[in-house]
Amino acid sequence: MTRPHSIPARAGVGLKPQHYEAILAERPDLGWLEAHAENYMGAGGPPHRYLTAIRQDYPISLHGVGLSIGSEDGLDADHLHRLKALVDRYEPGLFSEHLAWSSHGGTYYNDLLPLPYSEATLARVCQHIDQVQSLLGRQMLLENPSTYVSFWVSTMEEIDFLKEVVSRSGCGLLLDVNNVLVSAVNHGFDAAGYIDAFPIEAVGEIHLAGHAETWDGEAEDCGARVLIDAHDRQVDDLVWTLYARALSRSGPLPSLIEWDNDLPDWPTLFAEAQRAEGVLSGGRLQAAVEPARSAAHG
Amino acid sequence: MVKLQDSFAAALLEPEAPLPPAVSRGGSPAVQRRFDIYRNNVTSSLIEALKASFPIVCRLVGDDFFKAAATLYIRQEPPRSPLLFRYGGSFADFLESFPPAGSVPYLSDVARLEWAWLQAYHAEDQASLPLQSLADVPQESLPEVRFALHPSLSLLRSRWPVVSLWAAVRDQKDNPGIDMTQGEEAAVLRPGNDVSVQLLPPGGHDFLSALADGRSLAEAAALGSQATSDFDLAHHLQGLFTLGTVVAIIAPDQG
Repeated sequence: MTRPHSIPARAGVGLKPQHYEAILAERPDLGWLEAHAENYMGAGGPPHRYLTAIRQDYPISLHGVGLSIGSEDGLDADHLHRLKALVDRYEPGLFSEHLAWSSHGGTYYNDLLPLPYSEATLARVCQHIDQVQSLLGRQMLLENPSTYVSFWVSTMEEIDFLKEVVSRSGCGLLLDVNNVLVSAVNHGFDAAGYIDAFPIEAVGEIHLAGHAETWDGEAEDCGARVLIDAHDRQVDDLVWTLYARALSRSGPLPSLIEWDNDLPDWPTLFAEAQRAEGVLSGGRLQAAVEPARSAAHG
Repeated sequence: MVKLQDSFAAALLEPEAPLPPAVSRGGSPAVQRRFDIYRNNVTSSLIEALKASFPIVCRLVGDDFFKAAATLYIRQEPPRSPLLFRYGGSFADFLESFPPAGSVPYLSDVARLEWAWLQAYHAEDQASLPLQSLADVPQESLPEVRFALHPSLSLLRSRWPVVSLWAAVRDQKDNPGIDMTQGEEAAVLRPGNDVSVQLLPPGGHDFLSALADGRSLAEAAALGSQATSDFDLAHHLQGLFTLGTVVAIIAPDQG
């Protein structure tokens, strides 16, 4: 195994079995790839063979979907140890998980479920992140969620909750720009304002994805517009705009195209990554030009 | 605080259950429909997971039937682990006792075959021994030899032509001409990169099961001979190694 590659401030894509062969055959010019940790927790077989081969040529990050960091139960010890073994084996450049819960009472619900933001949930989430970071011996990134309901028992705003998690646990953040738009539309807040207020200095990675649209009224096409975090299509134009806005605050960051359902062929997915790469280099260009211009006008 | 996720989780798999109190305040129909997004995500994502694990069962019964069966199964036996490739071990048993599936009596055995396939796919990688390795065993200790079999191996026995049916649906054959009176036995394993599903000749299942249980070669051959009058040990031994089933030969003095 080669040494861990840090994840560059370039575009990457979520790794899907349907694209293994295309990636190995074409060796596309891609900054990095992200694998869902749970898909590589079997004992052996093709998933490990492909990930090992791809790991030779590309930096890999691991993204967990089943740790249930926001769970009221304790973290699943077996799952933590599987994660530790996987991180030791593949030495990913980044490891991230969600501000959500997915298991309760021994049942796994396979969805990222929301939690209220309060002192009690904050303490619980920080305790779980501490546990993960101590076991893995490294920092993890926590992803802002997309949600469909809110809790009247919440006492904090999501952004304040995330800031507090960062300051107490020392974790970093994964800014999912599509999640910001989905939650903003669903709860009626301003997505651009959320991006502007996000603790950008803690962000180590950005996610971009497509969403579906529906309504929460009685019949179709009535009630309020609701966005569903479907990961089943191209990134929405508004998300690209919000992404550029985030980058203008942070500078270039590792940026991932997530496409998990209704998978496209490899060229379509790669084109999305190239679009992100374009936004990233646009930002770089601007950063290079800005000081010169200020100097000229100063 | 513990009560919040109790009530939220309890409502996820039960469409008629009340909304969790921490969400519902006032209980507007819009909130109800918002909560239904989670209900739908949970059930439809788990249906997709089962469909990915049992694609041939799904093709056999069609999408609508599969969804209905899977929805009921998910409610009765939701996953216990975040590893979705481990979900569905009891789906075959569920289908066997699912009355609407009664007209497709071989469905549960096809599900068992697909489960064995999935287990083999994710099983530990181990190198198999070639037939030549047997030459190192002294002739006189051969009957007492035992074998460690490949960790990916599952054995199946069906009163239906389960392998032929599975292969015909997988390859989308229109007129497979399968003799439905003919039961089949199979070994499913992944000695290298690809999962292999092998029909076993008569006596093969008893022979392999005995070896898998740690019986000696002589004991396993005796059980194979009980199953069929023309049990050809040399033929079965050769098949055993050709399939990549053996990963270690345990000499009698190694206990």
